[in-house]
Amino acid sequence: MKVQSAMFYFPEEVIEHIFSFLTHHPDRNTVSTVCKAWYKIERLSRREVFVGNCYAIRPDRAAARFPGLRSLTLKGKPHFADFDLVPPDWGGLAGPWIEAMARSCPNLEELRMKRMVVSDESLELLAHAFPNFKALVLVSCEGFSTDGLAAVARSCKSLRELDLQENEIEDRGPRWLNSFPDMCTSLVSLNFACLKGEVNLKSLERLVCRSPNLKCLRLNRAVPVETLAKIMNQCPNLEDLGTGSLLADQFSEAYVSLISALQKCKKLRCLSGFWDASPLCLLAVYPICANLTGLNLSYAPTVQGQDFINLIQHCVKLLRLWVLDSVGDKGLAVVASACKELQELRVFPSDLFAAGPATVTEEGLVAISTGCPKLNSLLYFCHSMTNSALITVSKNCPNFTRFRLCILEPRKPDPATNEPLDEGFGAVVKTCKNLRRFSISGLLTDQVFYYIGKYAKALEMLSIAFAGDTDQGMTYVLNGCKNLRKLEIRDCPFGDGALLADVTKYETMRSLWMSSCDISLRGCKALATKMPSLNVEIINEWEAEMEENLNNGVAEVISNNNNKHINNGNDERKVEKLYVYRTVGGPRTDAPDFVWTL
Amino acid sequence: MDNDTELRLGLPGSVEVKKPRETPQKRSSPDCISVEDDNLDRPSPKAQIVGWPPVRSYMKNNFYSMKNKADMAGRYVKVSMDGAPYLRKVDLKNYKEYKELREALENLFGCFSLGEILRMDGKYTMEYTIAYEDKDGDLMLLGDVPWEIFLSSCKKLRIMTDALGNKDREDSK
Repeated sequence: MKVQSAMFYFPEEVIEHIFSFLTHHPDRNTVSTVCKAWYKIERLSRREVFVGNCYAIRPDRAAARFPGLRSLTLKGKPHFADFDLVPPDWGGLAGPWIEAMARSCPNLEELRMKRMVVSDESLELLAHAFPNFKALVLVSCEGFSTDGLAAVARSCKSLRELDLQENEIEDRGPRWLNSFPDMCTSLVSLNFACLKGEVNLKSLERLVCRSPNLKCLRLNRAVPVETLAKIMNQCPNLEDLGTGSLLADQFSEAYVSLISALQKCKKLRCLSGFWDASPLCLLAVYPICANLTGLNLSYAPTVQGQDFINLIQHCVKLLRLWVLDSVGDKGLAVVASACKELQELRVFPSDLFAAGPATVTEEGLVAISTGCPKLNSLLYFCHSMTNSALITVSKNCPNFTRFRLCILEPRKPDPATNEPLDEGFGAVVKTCKNLRRFSISGLLTDQVFYYIGKYAKALEMLSIAFAGDTDQGMTYVLNGCKNLRKLEIRDCPFGDGALLADVTKYETMRSLWMSSCDISLRGCKALATKMPSLNVEIINEWEAEMEENLNNGVAEVISNNNNKHINNGNDERKVEKLYVYRTVGGPRTDAPDFVWTL
Repeated sequence: MDNDTELRLGLPGSVEVKKPRETPQKRSSPDCISVEDDNLDRPSPKAQIVGWPPVRSYMKNNFYSMKNKADMAGRYVKVSMDGAPYLRKVDLKNYKEYKELREALENLFGCFSLGEILRMDGKYTMEYTIAYEDKDGDLMLLGDVPWEIFLSSCKKLRIMTDALGNKDREDSK
């Protein structure tokens, strides 16, 4: 009682000051629910907002609640959109968000978006609506062109960060780089590695020259070694470099210049790019390897065999390594012996079809786990895996927070015993108490889900493909994983029984994705009826198309409610793709005709 | 599973040949293409399942196509012809074989065809020899090596005129 009344007399400024120490946004969400006074203080003083699903709340409502917003992070399409499972034009539009922010949050400084569709018009609006705009980070987005980038470059007077990661950007020429005004000297981070076209090299050099604070620079493939050398000479303080094309004649002036420039960069910690890297250009990189903490060779198929070994053996302080599987088990063995501090490893397939030559196997992974006990994050594509290897790996590395293993051939058993991989993956969840993200593959029965439900208490995100036998599998997960936020499933035999096993669970999660499973329209309707706080969306592309064909092109307005589709015909028909998420924003108003909200 | 109400392509009432299912739990989804290649010895891509392996489509579009492009990097080569005032360029990728290339070159350099004038005269013949400069800088006769090897080693094309007619003319004087 006494404590309560003491808090009541604290002036707002003091409470606000106390809140300013809460940087973790879930904590801020929690304090805002204590009482009305705290809700008000919290919302007015909130500077950063993270919206994990852009359809969980209406943009206007978010903007109105947090008028002092300075930094907004948004995620749009479901994760499986990365693998072409979500049709184009599905949604995830940035426009309504940028418009809402422009109306209510003029102090916006940072915008981070992932898997969203951004138009040039939206980027134009962004460039003009926020006078203090400092940072734009776009990851896996699409819908815009270099014209939009030009607008941002031109109008954002104090732009510090322009970070474009793996976006599909329409290239309308190299002029956009000229749009940075001469008086723009504030750049700290510039990443245009994903741009496919030519860049105005002179503009680039001039821009770098007038950006004394530049710490991170990632070039695209069109930038040649000559330009890279000139740039490196201008910024000896660079910490993060993405090279352009590293094709160079060993006797060329450019190559020699690059070597001397790189040697001056004492602060360089992170390297990526390496397109067309010739073995000679790699030699230029050796002197700085000893200080590297991050290395990304996933776009460099030319760096393999002995070249890779020669490079990696110097990288004794490496924390993060991304490579292609063409480095082989042999390459991974060298990583294990040299990179004792390694925390994150990603091994991507150099050949998409399992029929290609086997390059990394379970041996490589075991070697890594033996040599790098600090490993906590793994993404590993391989041709096969054994239970015994997985058990060994989990014993060696109990600190995994992210573990993703992709065996290229679906439903492949342990080649040594011909058994499912339940025990192997089970060992991972038993040992790694802090596991937050898990992706499994190979031949798996309900048993692996029993283990996941029983042991993976910290698990937040689970991705399953071609696994399980019955509804029980999915039920184990829903019942057992208390902290589950995202569940994505494809090609598994889970049906309505699993879907409806624990419907209130979905309110505690961000989203559920199920595609090519055994669920029916009836089951989805039941879910929608029981849980009005969820959006239960069905994606049925080809049925919508079939309807069009049947009508022989007669213009028929298919309303968003799609009652015609949903309520005629058999409810027993199978649902191809289901996306369920909690929301306070109600059904989508921008859903295309192949997305049906039940 | 109730076959009558199952989703399928086609107008209601029409009969469709059912595709055999692989496993009971696997639905024949419209975007799953199967390639049955059991009888072939060479390794063939197995069933090309949409979205598998789970590699980001960005990486798929840019890295894997990059790999293929690297095998056939920029195949524009210069073509010079003896006596012509300027050079031309051709994209070797446009042709599948030597015959097509020769025809294309004839079309390109038709305007410079000194041979045309001489043939009308009836007395002289102009012979052309098409040669190319390879990776080592040597001048090679077109047509000796298989087309694919030529494609990867050709740096420049050269059309050399061999004025045999002129020689005869001089001899006859």
